Amino acid sequence: MNVIEIKSLTKIYNSSEVQVKAVNGIDINVKEGEFTAVVGPSGSGKTTFLNMLGGLDKPTSGEVKIGGVDIWSLTSRQLIDFRMNNIGFVFQSYNLIPVLTAGENVEFIMQLQGKPKKERAQRTKELLEAVGIGDRINSRPSKLSGGQQQRVAVARALASKPEFILADEPTANLDSKATTSLLELMSNMNKKYNTTFIFATHDQRVMDKARRIITIEDGKILKDEYFNRD
Amino acid sequence: MLFSISWRNIWRNKVRSLVIIFSVALGIFAGVIASAFFRGMADQRIQKVINTGLSYIQVHNPGYQQTSDFANYIPDAAKLTDEIREISNVTGVSRRLLIQSMAASAETASGVLISGVIPDEEKKVTTIHSRIIDGEYFEGISRNPVVIGKKLAEKLNVKVRSKIVITIQDMDNDITSGAFRVAGIYSTDNNMFDESNIYVRFSDIQKLTGFPQNAAHEIAININDNDNLQFILSNVKSITENKLDVQTWKELSPEMNYLTEAMDMYMYIFIIIILLALLFGIINTMLMVVMERTKELGMLMAIGMNKIRIFSMIVLESVLLSLTGGIVGIIIGAFAAKIGETHPIDLSMWAQGYQQLGYDAFVYTSLDTVMLINITILVILTGVIAAIYPAYKALKNDPADALRIE
Repeated sequence: MNVIEIKSLTKIYNSSEVQVKAVNGIDINVKEGEFTAVVGPSGSGKTTFLNMLGGLDKPTSGEVKIGGVDIWSLTSRQLIDFRMNNIGFVFQSYNLIPVLTAGENVEFIMQLQGKPKKERAQRTKELLEAVGIGDRINSRPSKLSGGQQQRVAVARALASKPEFILADEPTANLDSKATTSLLELMSNMNKKYNTTFIFATHDQRVMDKARRIITIEDGKILKDEYFNRD
Repeated sequence: MLFSISWRNIWRNKVRSLVIIFSVALGIFAGVIASAFFRGMADQRIQKVINTGLSYIQVHNPGYQQTSDFANYIPDAAKLTDEIREISNVTGVSRRLLIQSMAASAETASGVLISGVIPDEEKKVTTIHSRIIDGEYFEGISRNPVVIGKKLAEKLNVKVRSKIVITIQDMDNDITSGAFRVAGIYSTDNNMFDESNIYVRFSDIQKLTGFPQNAAHEIAININDNDNLQFILSNVKSITENKLDVQTWKELSPEMNYLTEAMDMYMYIFIIIILLALLFGIINTMLMVVMERTKELGMLMAIGMNKIRIFSMIVLESVLLSLTGGIVGIIIGAFAAKIGETHPIDLSMWAQGYQQLGYDAFVYTSLDTVMLINITILVILTGVIAAIYPAYKALKNDPADALRIE
């Protein structure tokens, strides 16, 4: 079953002198439970593509359907709610709320969703234990290593029970040990919760784990390959 | 959690927040203490006017206050006085005979208002008896004693036991004179009052003028608490069957009533000016906060925090920042004002000028709870106003652009 359906997705940036086609007519579908890497050189359009997929950057033309909903036909308010309930984000520089503890960071999104306190507490505990830092539930991000912060970010992304998780260069700031460990974790989460993961990455280690690799260059899909990693 | 985030955000940059909190606290402290000082000054002025002669309620024959006509008196004042004395919370009732006259010593003369009083009754209404600085209050002189103010004594160059001659118009409109001897000299710290008011026994002036024995121009009423004013007023009106003019000190001396209102108004203007000055500091801080956290705000928008919540978070942060300073300022100000209620502020260096205007040289502060509540509301309002522009700037951020910031 397709979680994401993309048709003729185009993004053109107009500067004063030149017109740049960051994404140039991409058509693609993503099925539930996929573990997909979007790769390509810097400036190839990976992040713009992911941003349009995540409802952050409005496409110049084309269509993004998530769970059958054309997200760019929603009002900005509806789109924010849609992101909250359907998309999990993992950022390169973790982007946790520094004044909240690991547990509160995970709980925060569920609070935005209006989930009851008991459910929030239970899920927060469960997720932090699942990502291996259950003992750091009361630690602020500044007291955690980069790898631990990114684990919290993964737990936060999973907290809202999204349709899929978008991760933009999630390993870029991590050392090799932390990268291996995080990839193992995300792979396990993918299997455990059947959550769809889409990464934008340069990292060969991420590519080695991905079961599908979409290569973008000059805003177009150059290759779309599937791999059996079992 | 929004409250928790906003509160914790304040302490992300402790020095910057503490500077703002300290500024707000200092401004509000100044406002509270100034307000308590000027209110205390006004209260003391009013209390002094009430205690030295005005009293809380006065009863007159209709038209007397407009003309001060000697023949326009309350005929059965003695009986009325006894009836009013029976009203609960009335602590004193004094009937007075009032007459404008000329008081002369061997050296000079001065125009004065004579109050013919029954000393024991008058003691329960005014505090002149406790302000005697020389001699006694109607004692020590058996025939025609008079109590005069210090300023008048200086003007007439008289001392205790000196003789002064009072010239008045009697009931038959004839000019008549009487020799009185100074029994006591009082000082109220109000030079104008001291120079123009003298007190004689009701019986002495009544005989001199041929005034009816049980009548009076004025019945002055003292009560135990200003809060009971309206209750007693309505009782007195009912006793007089609404045939006489019954007025409270607020009606008798409207300028005194306006004094408190005017002081309060000046204080609100003063505090608003302080808050306006602080407003720009808070706006500046909140703008820095928003600019520093562009990426974080972008992330919050990305993960699903809507504009109302972002706006509320920034407003809440600004309000908490202002309110923390405001509450600290109010607590310290209220504490200082509380001390000032028992330990007066000494203005004796400028005493002469203040006394000319009828104010005390020692000012006891007076704290008004309503004003403290209003100051708190104004501080909250300042926090909200200060956050509007920074919050608007935050909402203008595009999450995708914000997240690209390194």
